[in-house]
Amino acid sequence: MPSPAVTPWWRNRRLIPWLVQGVAGLVVLVVVAFLVGNLVRNLTNAGLLLSWSWLGNPAGFDVSETLLPFNAELPYWRALLAGLVNTLRVVVAGLVGATVLGTLIGVAAFSSNGLLRRLARVYVELIRNIPLLLQLVFWYFVVFLSLPGGEQAIQLPGVVLAKSGLFLGKPELIDGVWHGQLRLTVEFGALLTGLVVYTAAFIAEVVRGGVASVPPGQWEASRSLGLTPLQTLQRIVLPQALRVIVPGLNSQYISLAKNSSLAVACGYTDLYSVAETTLNQTGRAVEVVLILLGSYLVIDLLISALMNGVNSWVQIKER
Amino acid sequence: MVRLRKLALCAPLLVALALVGCASDGGGIQSQKLNGVKSRGKLLCGVDGKLPGFSFVSPDGSYSGLDVDVCRAVAAATLGDPSKVEFRDLNSSERFAALASGEIDLLSRNTTYTLSRDASGGNGLSFAPTVFYDGQGVMAPKAAGINSLKDLAGKPICVESGTTTELNLADRMREIKATYTPLKFQTGDQTYAAYLQGRCVAVTSDRSQLAAKRTSFPDPAGHVLLPEVLSKEPLTPVTVNADPGWADAVRWTIYGLMQAEELGITQANIDAKVAEAKANPNQADLRRFLGVEGDFGKQLGLPADFVVQAVKAVGNYGELFERNVGQGSKLKLERGLNRQWSDGGLIYSPPFR
Repeated sequence: MPSPAVTPWWRNRRLIPWLVQGVAGLVVLVVVAFLVGNLVRNLTNAGLLLSWSWLGNPAGFDVSETLLPFNAELPYWRALLAGLVNTLRVVVAGLVGATVLGTLIGVAAFSSNGLLRRLARVYVELIRNIPLLLQLVFWYFVVFLSLPGGEQAIQLPGVVLAKSGLFLGKPELIDGVWHGQLRLTVEFGALLTGLVVYTAAFIAEVVRGGVASVPPGQWEASRSLGLTPLQTLQRIVLPQALRVIVPGLNSQYISLAKNSSLAVACGYTDLYSVAETTLNQTGRAVEVVLILLGSYLVIDLLISALMNGVNSWVQIKER
Repeated sequence: MVRLRKLALCAPLLVALALVGCASDGGGIQSQKLNGVKSRGKLLCGVDGKLPGFSFVSPDGSYSGLDVDVCRAVAAATLGDPSKVEFRDLNSSERFAALASGEIDLLSRNTTYTLSRDASGGNGLSFAPTVFYDGQGVMAPKAAGINSLKDLAGKPICVESGTTTELNLADRMREIKATYTPLKFQTGDQTYAAYLQGRCVAVTSDRSQLAAKRTSFPDPAGHVLLPEVLSKEPLTPVTVNADPGWADAVRWTIYGLMQAEELGITQANIDAKVAEAKANPNQADLRRFLGVEGDFGKQLGLPADFVVQAVKAVGNYGELFERNVGQGSKLKLERGLNRQWSDGGLIYSPPFR
């Protein structure tokens, strides 16, 4: 009686993939262990082992504009939190602004008005080909800081626009400095304007691509049904275009969040700015950079998750 | 059997791990950095690059200033040639990372000597002798009518981020119970641009830096320094803590420049002084200082005539000061605290013996 054929282990179809995976996993582990070990060894040599206790020490520096109350006696983690809130503030406002402006410009590319169409083209080509950093410097130093200050500020009933910012709700001039119930600083204004204008150019292209993906027959059919161009856009074209637009928007939104760290170019106290001061005062470079990396990662993953939700909502529901 | 073969597969990995572990181990050599500089034949020196009088790049790409001359002196002492320096322009937040990562050998960039930067549990840096005793000041436009720190209450003040100036300003303003708005910028250029545009009513930095920057303003006479000195700012060249041998070489090169001034040795008379020392065996102090006898250079791992090379390259400390920031420069700063100890200043070299 012949013995049953035994498959040698190296030809085992179930074992081999596991083994390959295992070896690959081991290699990754070894590399990571080496890198972490190297980091810890070098940090120990430099007397800089990771520690987080400094987060509880008083920060000692001030943060110029905050939504959360902050003063120099509060600990570092509060300063970093204030910076994070400032970052979120400009990111959220930027997302809204860039979406509105980008959509308008993207749709303008299909306008029957030739001038509008060309203007939209010029806008996109001009803005997306100039580095954002330069644009921020332009908005801040050339545009916003050229506003008149003090008594020469632009004054409307209840609103004052001065070199130091936009003041709402009974603004008054005390000792040469404007005060108001609600204030938006020029630093915030310059950063927001820069981010909105820049990101809108990219969003416009995403929107244009999405609208262009809708077959011309849809336009024609809609027109033959007697719908106006605006109705066509609203009810026929945009709902279909959204399916193409939303995934593209996701990466633009993420870029905007990351680009907000260029705030240091125009004096806005965002997370990066606070972290930089913290790093310099505490010397805790690795920890501070880890906090920075983690924060931007979480913000971007949140945006991604949100956009994936929106995406599955606008996709065609097949039943 | 199968298990054994699996193990055999893993063995090379373990060997590789062990090898990698060994490869990353360095250290042990006393002055790795000094040897590194010598074998490279070039000193990598971190400077500001935008501060007239301290380190400034002229349109033809050449560097000048007090901080720059310190780099040149160290290059002359270690390599015998002051031109063997490669300068790296660093902003105030990059500087320590550049030093820690070994991208530069020496940081000569108006850096304040502080406890947290020196301590092993802080930045873990090693400070050379202070080359400029400074203090933080505040500058405001003359027309603004601001005469003291109190007049700045409730007003925006421009600060360069990544420096100790932010902390000092916050401390002093808290002391006089005045609120203010700090406007932080990443670079000096941005800070002074915002100040000149009128976004802030005052700008704060080291007094020497304010005086230096003012020379490049369109209207230097229109800006005044407030009388208050907010802090002590001993500006000091820095090396990494981990290499005491290298730190000593830098330290004693700088002391050499200070001692040379005390002994009246200048760039012009150094050759005559060396000849004098060689001719007079009884001038033991001078002979040892100039490396004619003794082994001071060898003890530091430097050539015997390292002081001679340094002084020949940049002159003594006093010459260096006057040429870059003193009466021979646009800044016209007084020597003040930076006089020799024998004139009532703080410049004091320990004895060369």
